[in-house]
Amino acid sequence: MATGHFIEGIAGGRLSAEQYADNFSDLHPPLDHHEALVEADRCYFCYDAPCMNACPTSIDIPMFIRQIATGNPLGSAKTIFDQNILGGMCARVCPTETLCEEVCVREVAEGKPVQIGRLQRYATDVAVDENKQFYNRAEPTGKTVAVVGAGPAGLAAAHRLARHGHDVTILEARPKAGGLNEYGIAAYKSVDDFAQAEVDYVTSIGGIDIQNGKVLGRDFQLSDLIRNYDAVFLGLGLGGVNALRAEGEDADGVANAVEFIAELRQASDLSSLPVGRRVVVIGGGMTAIDAAVQSKLLGAEEVTICYRRGQEQMNASGFEQDLAAANGVTIRHWLQPKRVIAENGKVSAIELEYTAMNGDKLVGTGERLTLAADQVFKAIGQSFVPAVLNGSVASIELEGGRIKVDAEGRTSLAKVWAGGDCIFGGDDLTVSAVAQGRDAAESIHRAFTSNGRA
Amino acid sequence: MADIRNTFVGIKSPNPFWLASAPPTDKAYNVERAFKAGWGGVVWKTLGEEGPPVVNVNGPRYGAIWGADRRLLGLNNIELITDRDLQTNLREMKQVKMNWPDRALVASIMVPCVEESWKAILPLVEETGADGIELNFGCPHGMSERGMGSAVGQVPEYIEMVVRWCKQYTRMPVITKLTPNITDIRKPARAAKAGGTDAVSLINTINSITGVDLDNFAPMPTIDGKGSHGGYCGPAVKPIAMNMVAEIARDPETHGLPISGIGGITTWRDAAEFMALGAGNVQVCTAAMTYGFKIVQEMIAGLENWMDEKGHASLSDIIGRATPNVTDWQYLNLNYVAKARIDQDACIKCGRCHIACEDTSHQAITALVDGKRHFEVIEAECVGCNLCVNVCPVEGCITMEPLAAGSMDQRTGKPVSPIYANWTTHPNNPMAKVAAE
Repeated sequence: MATGHFIEGIAGGRLSAEQYADNFSDLHPPLDHHEALVEADRCYFCYDAPCMNACPTSIDIPMFIRQIATGNPLGSAKTIFDQNILGGMCARVCPTETLCEEVCVREVAEGKPVQIGRLQRYATDVAVDENKQFYNRAEPTGKTVAVVGAGPAGLAAAHRLARHGHDVTILEARPKAGGLNEYGIAAYKSVDDFAQAEVDYVTSIGGIDIQNGKVLGRDFQLSDLIRNYDAVFLGLGLGGVNALRAEGEDADGVANAVEFIAELRQASDLSSLPVGRRVVVIGGGMTAIDAAVQSKLLGAEEVTICYRRGQEQMNASGFEQDLAAANGVTIRHWLQPKRVIAENGKVSAIELEYTAMNGDKLVGTGERLTLAADQVFKAIGQSFVPAVLNGSVASIELEGGRIKVDAEGRTSLAKVWAGGDCIFGGDDLTVSAVAQGRDAAESIHRAFTSNGRA
Repeated sequence: MADIRNTFVGIKSPNPFWLASAPPTDKAYNVERAFKAGWGGVVWKTLGEEGPPVVNVNGPRYGAIWGADRRLLGLNNIELITDRDLQTNLREMKQVKMNWPDRALVASIMVPCVEESWKAILPLVEETGADGIELNFGCPHGMSERGMGSAVGQVPEYIEMVVRWCKQYTRMPVITKLTPNITDIRKPARAAKAGGTDAVSLINTINSITGVDLDNFAPMPTIDGKGSHGGYCGPAVKPIAMNMVAEIARDPETHGLPISGIGGITTWRDAAEFMALGAGNVQVCTAAMTYGFKIVQEMIAGLENWMDEKGHASLSDIIGRATPNVTDWQYLNLNYVAKARIDQDACIKCGRCHIACEDTSHQAITALVDGKRHFEVIEAECVGCNLCVNVCPVEGCITMEPLAAGSMDQRTGKPVSPIYANWTTHPNNPMAKVAAE
């Protein structure tokens, strides 16, 4: 029996089984065959297409769409995978409205871009569903590469290295591969366990050994990898969550949004997942939106995102903000957390301070606001934890708290490359991580071949 | 309000929109529905001679090609003439004509190419009160294998002979329907005129295979693994039909011969174009088969609105108005110079004009200007071919702008001459006629 929206505190089972299923169904249902043909026909097959140039992985978008239009979805999938082997997940999670679709000439012309993301999903689904493999491994080179982290960067690197005939070992801390594709991302963007299906599809090429539960710094050291492998690719995620720096934030009911999202993704029964009646999410990025929307979908009565700056500064795209609003999430701006108020050790409210820009500095105005809350999620950013790299070898050079790499993904250490969220200068996008992993793999391959072998 | 009443070879109808002889005019039920919807006239589906009627295939009779969103662009059929008993058709025609005296009812006829056959059927048709007859010399499939339809239409002497018989044995106006499956449409039109026809109607359908089933390697539509060429019609054939109408309209030998225009007419605009080229009225089939009879209401309203807007009082104000402007290539003004111009405000920067020009034409459109994506015509290279206009997805974004006489053509480095000059007098033409001054 559903307990409903109005039960105080953090509770599970607020909704009926049907409501959970409905709320967490596919956000963008797949295009059917005819819809795909009609949408594909809208593409103008632009010269030097802006969409292609906006794609971090440079997928030949006009070509893959034309292949859909001409009844060749498998050819289309290959065009996508040639550039982005995780094109299936990117089709689901890319903020296309700020990438390919933002610059689509039909967006410019009529405010209605070709639905590139959904077309990409259409084509890649055909290939993944059939497990149609397009690539054969080159002759074995005898070279071995260790990849740390089975997230988008690591998987993309591993696939490209395996194609070139190198043997790849992926060391992954978590029980499952996929990284944020598996443990991050709102559930309604990746239904039917697609993340694992994609991992299986990518690793089907062979030559990729994924070892789960292997934590860098605990189970193995960077020095071991450098010694035992011909090259190392670091594709680590962000292990640290930024603190609220608000009084009382260790109260019961204050949680990290990323953990909440991961828990939700791994939950076999959504009704078992408790959520507050009144939820406050602190932050302004995609994680804040994902946590807030999913709280609402789990049956929270009232969900409020509080962001310390204005709407224009939010990292969440306009589409994501609209999605939150459409789901009944209230987004409030110019508010920073000051104090978590607890009763009997449990959160009961959060006190916030209004903010304003003083010149180019954000300052509190002194005015306070208290919002009732029985659950508070922290979504104010994550940080890279470099300590795991240190100690066993010369320190790897960092920049802005993350690993410094050159244009090919080479770190300051010989034989060590890096990509994804752990490197400096990235944009925290799945698709960029894929591009970095792929390009680092090519760089590793070049390094191997220029040494006269492989 | 524009008057769109139509008189064609003496046959009156409230508007110039007739349904062509085809499945939509197969029987009273359909024709009654058509008249209720507003059609000005029908040409009843082709009658054959008395006796056991023809039979049709029982598998697919139609094939098609489609554009975006499965919009039907071209249809092909292998249906034969009416497969109903002659007397049934005649009885129904008579009743329908009585019910709808203000509408045109024309009988399409196809009987063997012998005088007795025509002599036998004509009085029967006349007795129904039909307003006229149309001789089916166009049907390109099935019947042509039996020496009828386009087998007649492809031999001008036969056309003349049969038309002559018809004029001899009936008082009804004779419309001769022509096949486009012929090299020079003027020849059969001249023959029909020589035989005394009151009008020609064209085009009938074009021999075609609409597709091939690549799993079975069989042409479509496929009947038990085999296919036969069918008659192609619909929007895709309109340009071919319009040229043939214009050729007959401007041929000195047939000029003035009434023409009923047929071929892909789907909207009022299509109809107006056919009429401007010389058609006295139009016949429609595929559009009705695609959308139903109601489309005639759009055609009527659209034609009236356009005529009102342009101040055309009646159909005679538009019929044949474009005919004098259809000419031979050799008479086109070679001193007319136009250049493409891209409206930068309308341009959405798809680059199709650039790549079309760069790869396949005259390298006359930029892709980058000062390092920025920018598409602009290079006048010194532009020959005014119009390809960019045609491939541009934005209507009105690229236009062809004529250069004023006296202004410099940057491509040739010469000023634009104000004098009309064509190939017949051009110095490069070895056959050039010396100017007569």
